[in-house]
Amino acid sequence: MTILVVADHDNAELKPVTHIVVAAAAQIGGDIDVLVAGENCAAVAAEAAKIAGVSKALCADNAAYGHQLPENVAPLVAELGANYSHVMTAHSTVGKNFLPRVAAALDVAQISDIQSVESADTFKRPIYAGNAIATVKSSDAIKVLSVRGTAFDPAASEGGSGTVEAVASVHDAGISSFVSAEIVKSERPELTAASIVISGGRGMQSGDNFSLLEGIADKLGAAIGASRAAVDAGFVPNDMQVGQTGKIVAPDLYIAVGISGAIQHLAGMKDSKVIVAINKDEDAPIFQVADYGLVADLFQALPELEAKL
Amino acid sequence: MKVLVPVKRVVDYNVKIRVKPDNSGVDLSNVKMSVNPFCEIAIEEAVRLKEAGTATEVVAVAVGSTACQEQLRTCLALGADRAVLIETDADAQPLAIAKALQALQAKEQADIVIFGKQSIDGDNSQTGQMFAALTGMPQGTFASEVSIADGKMQVIREIDGGLETVSLSLPAVVTTDLRLNEPRYASLPNIMKAKKKPLDVLSPEELGVDMTPSLEIVAVEPPSERQAGIKVESVEELVDKLKNEAKVI
Repeated sequence: MTILVVADHDNAELKPVTHIVVAAAAQIGGDIDVLVAGENCAAVAAEAAKIAGVSKALCADNAAYGHQLPENVAPLVAELGANYSHVMTAHSTVGKNFLPRVAAALDVAQISDIQSVESADTFKRPIYAGNAIATVKSSDAIKVLSVRGTAFDPAASEGGSGTVEAVASVHDAGISSFVSAEIVKSERPELTAASIVISGGRGMQSGDNFSLLEGIADKLGAAIGASRAAVDAGFVPNDMQVGQTGKIVAPDLYIAVGISGAIQHLAGMKDSKVIVAINKDEDAPIFQVADYGLVADLFQALPELEAKL
Repeated sequence: MKVLVPVKRVVDYNVKIRVKPDNSGVDLSNVKMSVNPFCEIAIEEAVRLKEAGTATEVVAVAVGSTACQEQLRTCLALGADRAVLIETDADAQPLAIAKALQALQAKEQADIVIFGKQSIDGDNSQTGQMFAALTGMPQGTFASEVSIADGKMQVIREIDGGLETVSLSLPAVVTTDLRLNEPRYASLPNIMKAKKKPLDVLSPEELGVDMTPSLEIVAVEPPSERQAGIKVESVEELVDKLKNEAKVI
């Protein structure tokens, strides 16, 4: 078996989730190659070759791949992937964008968001917003898999002695182009990579009140998230949403403030190691999954919490 | 311009689902079914394109059992002009659905195809992208804003960490994210009118598509339950527990 892992990166460095995909690949077994498709991405390929367990890094360096346009990246991955038993990438917005195009080009099914490897052809994945776990077996010659970013312990970033090989193949479909990106710059850690996350829900009552979370987040080095209700109400942007239709997180500590605990939110955070809930409604479902619950008015509890940290 | 909107019949998002005791799947008997919420956003976007004069016709399509007619009627009540059901009782998986839609697109020649970004039952997030690959179309996935000018479509996409804008040639595929729009409710007169709008039924055989699934669902189980912990009385006690018991801060 040989496995092709497609790296998630920004042309400067690997996203941490790539190490998690490599770890999932290692559980399947066999040689692991990592494809870095991008523009001026040689440093990323060198970084990928050092990941423990990687045989070689393939570097496809071309302007056509610079912005990960799926119309260009997918044909490249399909061309290379045809020679592998498994093609894997992260279930991130990049992976979700191009991977189904790869599966369609290879005429095989894709198994999305796998959370465990049962065998080389059988995997577990959440369905119905995590309210059921399906065990899925593929009869396809090539298994195309996207991997849940919280489900495996990352492979070590050092220790591998893979080689770097250039890939000359260029696919430029010419039907799409990148216009601009607006990436929110933040001093805080990224939501899916943070070891502590503090999230606000509808109980925050306004976007301005999220500043009450900021002081605590700064003291704890935490990322700030939100429930879908808070996003729907327009308090905060969608990229802060934790839940089945937003980001999936599993930090060491998750603090849910003014969040009732709808199924779709729980699906995005219930694998956290320790869960704290602060809510004035003592019957809120969030308390059924919380390790520590505090029934209190968040407008009193948050300033007090910030002061005591 | 013609807009094609594939929609899925799913368990209503308010229903708490139950796994069957024999672990063969999720119990769908006597459960309220609805249009997948992201597909509702897709219909709304298509209808708005028509109201703005950009689109001339909105066609809703579903792939599934005869019961899907109920959801297609909802789409007609929300403003779609006509509907197509590709009727099959097979366990329709994303690649097979994408192929059936590809065969339909060969007849319909839509300029824009708007999907939901994922269905709330399978949570795959695959069908729109697979359809785009099969038809050679560009795609704007997880869209929060769509605009069309000079034969190009500009899509603002929700990506990890922010937003990305891409420009696509037409025909093109869009998959909807939550903030694209807020779907309307169907009015009673529109629900009545929808009953008279055309709804064609096709079979996968007529379209030359094989719906046989390639993935086998071995088992469906409930997730492992988390035990509820304790209630603390004060912020002080909470900080103490986090420091000394859980040791996470």
